[in-house]
Amino acid sequence: MLPLSGERTDAKGIIKNASDSGDILRGTSTLKRGGAHMLKNGVVMDVTTVEQAQIAEDAGAVSVMVLDKLPSDVRKAGGVARTASIRIIEDIMDSVTIPVMAKCRIGHVYEAKVLEETNVDMIDESEVLTPADENHHIWKWDFTTPFVNGARSLSEALRRIEEGAAMIRTKGEPGTGNVAEAVTHIKKVNDELRSIKAIYDSGDKQDLVRMAREFKVSYDIVEETAKLGRLPVVNFAAGGIATPADAAYLMSLGCDGIFVGSGIFNANDAKERARAIVLATTFWNESEKVKEAQKMIDERQSMLGLDVKTLELRMQERGSSA
Amino acid sequence: MSLTVGVLAIQGDVHENIISTETALKELGVEGTVVGVKTAEDVSKLDGLIIPGGESTTIGQLSLVNSSLKTIKEKIEHGMPVLGICAGMILLSKTSNDRIIGKTDQPLLDLLDIKLERNSFGRQKESFEADVPMNSINIPKFNGVFIRAPSVSDVGSGVEILAKFNEKIVAVKKGNMMCVAFHPELTEDVSLHKYFVNLIKKSKI
Repeated sequence: MLPLSGERTDAKGIIKNASDSGDILRGTSTLKRGGAHMLKNGVVMDVTTVEQAQIAEDAGAVSVMVLDKLPSDVRKAGGVARTASIRIIEDIMDSVTIPVMAKCRIGHVYEAKVLEETNVDMIDESEVLTPADENHHIWKWDFTTPFVNGARSLSEALRRIEEGAAMIRTKGEPGTGNVAEAVTHIKKVNDELRSIKAIYDSGDKQDLVRMAREFKVSYDIVEETAKLGRLPVVNFAAGGIATPADAAYLMSLGCDGIFVGSGIFNANDAKERARAIVLATTFWNESEKVKEAQKMIDERQSMLGLDVKTLELRMQERGSSA
Repeated sequence: MSLTVGVLAIQGDVHENIISTETALKELGVEGTVVGVKTAEDVSKLDGLIIPGGESTTIGQLSLVNSSLKTIKEKIEHGMPVLGICAGMILLSKTSNDRIIGKTDQPLLDLLDIKLERNSFGRQKESFEADVPMNSINIPKFNGVFIRAPSVSDVGSGVEILAKFNEKIVAVKKGNMMCVAFHPELTEDVSLHKYFVNLIKKSKI
């Protein structure tokens, strides 16, 4: 069964309906977190067109994420990045059988409502877009559609889960083709999980209270997470993944799956690369298979990539303090 | 006698099924181990297999890669019990159509004579929990967790219907094969996993 720590049974997003075969419930934590569980060990690919979405599905992606521009192009274009065109999202929903996600701005309740009305399968409240509210994220319990949020630390992840996120991903540094930040974030979350687990195992409740204060979340979610020794929701890697070896490395660090943003469709060998990243994610613990996957791509076709130290815009910092 | 039960570990909610099956073995007092399986060699050692929920297009394509799909098919044809859950139900079927997109050419095991409709109850937002009684296998009350679930629109001869929801068929069985459109591994109730363990036990005698 699913860990459900931090869930709110009074959430507005839970809908009770009568049907011929008895009462039905929609929007429960089991359904939202369960939906994310079905993506485990899979790759979610950023796409901007129907054609890209079909390439992703044929490559074995578990889901596609629809954006107006790929993160690296958002970086180049500057200006305000908003949610994608509804018509393009609908066209993609009509052309693939896998779940379709879309991004809304951090704190932008009505972009999220529009996406829920469009009937996307999951909403990503994303730092890749320009935040609409620096101080508040969306209260995701008001929605029947599940949300995924980015996090760079355990405290950020737990704050998002307490707001109703059904899935977490590392932030990494989007649109850079540089996996370093995603690696740092997942290692930090893992270290923090190990330390609260150790506190839980030692039976020191006072120290857990101290952690809850430090994380700015309730004691209950800290205690349950500490007991589990992992996040109570699925945790994917995201931000800067560009090659099969990148994907396999993050899986080996304990991620439940992979998001690939600019890495596929900004490369010149998108079709082969999409397939290769799926293979490396599935068979990450078989070096031979990861090598075969890596051989399918040509490093000269990879996106150029950016050194994170030289960036003027650090997307990962958006919404982190709230 | 010790049973080896496998959960196909290509993609999807593998871990939850391992836990549910371990609990079922324990509650029944049946000796056995539960393992995640990926390769044809892993599959060949099993007494029973669960194909879990996930994305059927992904699981199908990737189990073709290492030929585990072929071994699974042969083992089932030789009588190994199999439980297909959601995506697993789709993979076991002979024909699968998407409710919106229609015919798809995804790889299927092509074993169970049922006609599948993918995403039959709608998308994630329309996913639901409801009570699904399965009286013919002595499970009178069961919380069905339906996530972008398929349903069976038609069954061939000899396929037993275990449950319907709003006139749509959501659980079926034929001999050593059974499938459900909902997710028993996402609930605390292990009665369906227990029923499956007993099916494996009987197949060994």
